[in-house]
Amino acid sequence: MPTQVLVPAGVLGLKFDRRALARGLDRQPDIIAIDGGSTDSGPYYLGASVSKYSRAVTRAEWTELMIARNRNRIPLVLTTAGTCGTDACVDWMLEITREVAHDLGQTLRVATIKSSQDNTKVAQNLDHGRIHELADAPSIDRETLLACDNIVALAGTEQVSAALSTDSDIIITGRATDTAAIAALPLMRGAHPGAAWHGAKIAECGALCSTRPLTGVISVNFDSDGFEVEAMADNAHCTPHSVSAHMLYENADPFQLAEPGGVLDVSKAKYTALDAGRVRVRGSVWRPSDRYCVKLEGARFTGYQTSILTILRQERYVTRAAEWVKKLENFLHAEIDGIDNPDIHLEFRLIGANAALGQLERCRATGCEVGVLCLVTAPAQETANQIAKLINPYLLHFPLSEDESLPTFAFPYSPAESERGQIYEFCLQHVMELDHPLDAFRLETHEIGRATSR
Amino acid sequence: MRLVVPRLGDLVQDVRSKNAGPFTVTMDIFCGADAVFERIRKELTNHDVARLFATEPHSLRRFELPDLRVVKFSMRRPQIQGSLADRDMHAAQFAELLREYSLPGCPVTPGKPPKSSG
Repeated sequence: MPTQVLVPAGVLGLKFDRRALARGLDRQPDIIAIDGGSTDSGPYYLGASVSKYSRAVTRAEWTELMIARNRNRIPLVLTTAGTCGTDACVDWMLEITREVAHDLGQTLRVATIKSSQDNTKVAQNLDHGRIHELADAPSIDRETLLACDNIVALAGTEQVSAALSTDSDIIITGRATDTAAIAALPLMRGAHPGAAWHGAKIAECGALCSTRPLTGVISVNFDSDGFEVEAMADNAHCTPHSVSAHMLYENADPFQLAEPGGVLDVSKAKYTALDAGRVRVRGSVWRPSDRYCVKLEGARFTGYQTSILTILRQERYVTRAAEWVKKLENFLHAEIDGIDNPDIHLEFRLIGANAALGQLERCRATGCEVGVLCLVTAPAQETANQIAKLINPYLLHFPLSEDESLPTFAFPYSPAESERGQIYEFCLQHVMELDHPLDAFRLETHEIGRATSR
Repeated sequence: MRLVVPRLGDLVQDVRSKNAGPFTVTMDIFCGADAVFERIRKELTNHDVARLFATEPHSLRRFELPDLRVVKFSMRRPQIQGSLADRDMHAAQFAELLREYSLPGCPVTPGKPPKSSG
């Protein structure tokens, strides 16, 4: 049975084209699937267990999708709620859903899948040899796992299918693979497994696989032999090039993609234009693995940070900025008590010289000004603030030599110090073996909405 | 007439780099024309690329995709995404090192299309 999946955008919170969404709904899709997260914005969101997108934007877009779901009476699936997909973010998204259901007068069954992991249990799995490294993984031990502020496991299609089987109107999951929401229903209905995973990977960033990447809305039709993909916005086209090139994007390997329960191999896939805007793909292969493994993501607290930015404009200082920073660092280490403490991390970056690439930078050109970004990281916010305040006068006035009048550089704002709060780091690039796909996840259903008694 | 050594970015259609998860960076060189693809594939060695990124040639994963005329490299991120020492959250600036890289091969005359070595 063919299965049509409507993907409104690559992520909830990044807008979608309304006309394109309406056009997609007119095609009578079987399900609406959208992802809500990524590690792309860095470790803060998982560390702090918060969403990158504001509640207001999330609520506004979710309202439109809940109206769309109600119009077509099809399931709506959101994976990786709240950017990081912790349990707290699933609860946050469920609360938003309750409010919107109440406002719209919808009565709904919502299934939730929670992905947060108990650090101690993950550490036990490490002890039992059930945690395995992926490419480029950092080395870890029990302490690494126990020190994580949050660990999530990535759900795959098995967990989303379990939620779909509860006959729910809306499914909200914690952390899941990008493909899970899209591939689950086609797989349940007998689509070609290679096609289901491949089509899901192509559509997971929304219209990024088309000629108009920002329009969001993509429709994928899965069958027992392959899949067809089409962009829904005006003048947005899927071409064999735009679709096949998407396998390069964010993928270390453009041919093989590891997913829970197996590996997708697209090295033999054939991309054919059906017309100016639609592409049919055949020949992708799904290879089930012997063990069922889910990927883990973890973030741990590194410290509290305070930053100061100053700008050098005087030519003598601009051309000698690196030397100036070196002298300043030596001076600060000699003058400021406690700055040598190994718990304190002090760094200067030259904006206009090599702030983005550091030691890899090969360009030696300089402009007429250079920004000096000072980052202070310490175990307590107060310590980071105190050190930044001690450094402040020197970032304003430190001279290259003792026998010159005191320079004054440009502070762009007051106060010059900015408290950046808690800083986190990613520390897991591993998979965990499970006996059963649902072992590391919790599935619940909730009856929500206006209890209209008649 | 002056001969110049072309920079990779002047020859190809586009170069981009991006995180592939927090621990890996991947770089795609879209060559455009077949002749450019053949040239890049021959002249841009793993050794050159490893030196640009201060890593070892064997730690690079290299892919060549003739259908797309793409040469792709993946490697361990020099700094874990978002860690204290990281300077570019999405690792998108690594592409500029490739774009600005001067191919050691044959120089071209300005204003004329690059000579194909294929």
